[in-house]
Amino acid sequence: MELDLIKGMFETALTIRRFEEAAIDQYRQGRIYGYLHPYLGEEAIATGVISALRPDDYIVSTHRGHGHAIAKGHDIKLMLAELMGKESGYCHGRGGSMHVANLAQNNLGANGIVGGGIPLATGAGLAVKYKGGDQVVICFFGDGAINQGVFHESINLAAIYKLPVIFVVENNHYAVSTRIQDSTLIPNLSQRADGFGIPGISLDGNDAVVIHEEMVKVVARTRQVQGPTLVECKTYRHGGHHINDPGAYMPEEEMKYWKSKDPVLVLRKRLADEGVAEHELKEIEQRVEAKIEEAVAFAINSPEPSKEAFLAEISVL
Amino acid sequence: MAIIKYRKALNQALFEEMTRDPMVLCFGAGIAERGGSYKVTEGLLEQFGSKRVFDTPLSEASFVGMAGGAAIAGVKPVVEILFVDFTLLVMDQLINQIAKYNFMTGGQGKAPMVLRTQGGVGNGLAGQHSQSLEALFYHIPGLKLVMPATPYDAKGLLKASIRDDSPVLFIENKKLYLTEGEVPDGDYIVPLGKADVKRSGSDVTIITYSYMVLECLAAAKVLEEKGISVEVIDLRTLQPLDEESILQSLDKTGRLVVVHEAPVRGGIGGDIISTVLEKAFYSLEAPVKRIGGKNTTIPFNINLEKLCIPSVEDIVDGVMEVMNS
Ligand SMILES: Cc1ncc(C[n+]2csc(CCOP(=O)(O)OP(=O)(O)O)c2C)c(N)n1
Ligand SMILES: [Mg+2]
Repeated sequence: MELDLIKGMFETALTIRRFEEAAIDQYRQGRIYGYLHPYLGEEAIATGVISALRPDDYIVSTHRGHGHAIAKGHDIKLMLAELMGKESGYCHGRGGSMHVANLAQNNLGANGIVGGGIPLATGAGLAVKYKGGDQVVICFFGDGAINQGVFHESINLAAIYKLPVIFVVENNHYAVSTRIQDSTLIPNLSQRADGFGIPGISLDGNDAVVIHEEMVKVVARTRQVQGPTLVECKTYRHGGHHINDPGAYMPEEEMKYWKSKDPVLVLRKRLADEGVAEHELKEIEQRVEAKIEEAVAFAINSPEPSKEAFLAEISVL
Repeated sequence: MAIIKYRKALNQALFEEMTRDPMVLCFGAGIAERGGSYKVTEGLLEQFGSKRVFDTPLSEASFVGMAGGAAIAGVKPVVEILFVDFTLLVMDQLINQIAKYNFMTGGQGKAPMVLRTQGGVGNGLAGQHSQSLEALFYHIPGLKLVMPATPYDAKGLLKASIRDDSPVLFIENKKLYLTEGEVPDGDYIVPLGKADVKRSGSDVTIITYSYMVLECLAAAKVLEEKGISVEVIDLRTLQPLDEESILQSLDKTGRLVVVHEAPVRGGIGGDIISTVLEKAFYSLEAPVKRIGGKNTTIPFNINLEKLCIPSVEDIVDGVMEVMNS
């Protein structure tokens, strides 16, 4: 793989990491409120998957969606502004963290309902196929969402209509505090693909390069023959379910193991091993830092939505 | 008597009913090991074991249906859905299957289960975690609908709901969990279908329920200073609806305001007012008033959110309007 591509992935993954840390910081200072589900520890998935896409491909995101949006190339200034409920945010402060969407870049949006986006992704696949396009749709969802009826119904619909949807299950081993072993008897979630007569693969969800390489193949096949694939990426949260959950139920040893496979460090190490000089890595890190600082300042200084405009807007509903 | 939190009152009701009746089970997402997001089921797993208290995968439609099936076959499940917004995933099982079962089997079968959930705005939880959806369920025959406002009522009504023969939708409120109130020691129930006069007055009747009871009581205090005597009636259960208490109060005051957090359009308030117009038109001395949420998806921004639901000031203004006409 080209070194520049890996450098780009490192920058993306690091941006996600630093964005989440900055968001947590702003939350603690009271500028962000409501629910906030950090993508910390899972950065490789959005990075590896979306780096294998074209800009006009679609994604459908989840409550843990900041990473997907950043990898899709969203402006982190407008994202952070949304998290603060500001008018300049992507959804003008109407949506917040759980509902970041940017239709201009074909991100149909995060979701507050677990599994809620899965049928919508399937529908986007139907629209692509009907219009004769060759885009693919990435449907992100979690190991918790895979037990919703809508997952089973949607993937079957995508299978029989041969829709260009790639179902990416982010298996972070927990749905809030419920362990994966307590919600399914199968060791690999991709095994469920068999039941729908479609291909399924399970990947190391902490290695963006591996994910990217596999996704390049899956995306190419999807563009050609259409029809869905189920891709499982195994990963782990670096903290509790949301910002106010200390995650006390997560065993220390488990956390230690997964932190030793930190997806951002995995990418950094790979670049170093490939001979990229330390000062070049530092440059990337400084660039990310500057972007984060700029985003924080932009979001803080953005105005609140106007109450009068809001009342006028809803008066016709 | 002890002063305890709303969530603790609910927790006590579950402990006591599970102790009383070995057929009572509790399940739902994250309710066992973690004790639920609002701690209502805390300690149940340790006390009653994993056969009676267990976590489910995120399969709401089916685990609620499973509760219905289990109820039909003789156990008494109390299931939890974390937000009323997610009950929209279980509509077929709840409405087509469970609510109608008794009627369609010609009275042979019963589905005595309780579905606990909670609604209302929090602070910036946005469109899919802030709704007040009781009117959807109010419309459905065969379901009882309970929405308690105080720890005392919460405990007594949950116990009554568990003992009831019908399926009960029990909607708590996220802003009430940490409120406190007096609860007697030992067993008591609050019967379903009985409203409660939370404050008596003679000039105007406010009919309300759930969190808005607190706001209406605060408004009543403000109005008292203006020389207006407000009667605040807490419905407590919306189905069955205690029409008698509403009409009795109206007989006394002749003026009616209905307050709820849910949007006015298609809301409970409209139905209550229609009932009053049909049954007690001539008791009215002034035009009636509905005060409710705005017709909108709840926005994330906290300042916009505040505009969407009735404030104490809105209630005071609404009552003044009725008093002045
Ligand atoms: C239908 C529904 N049920 C429950 C919830 C509450 N909830 C929010 S996120 C979550 C866990 C989801 O787990 P998973 O799909 O594995 O995603 P993860 O949070 O691990 O990324 C739950 C239970 C919800 N938002 N929607
Ligand atoms: Mg998960």
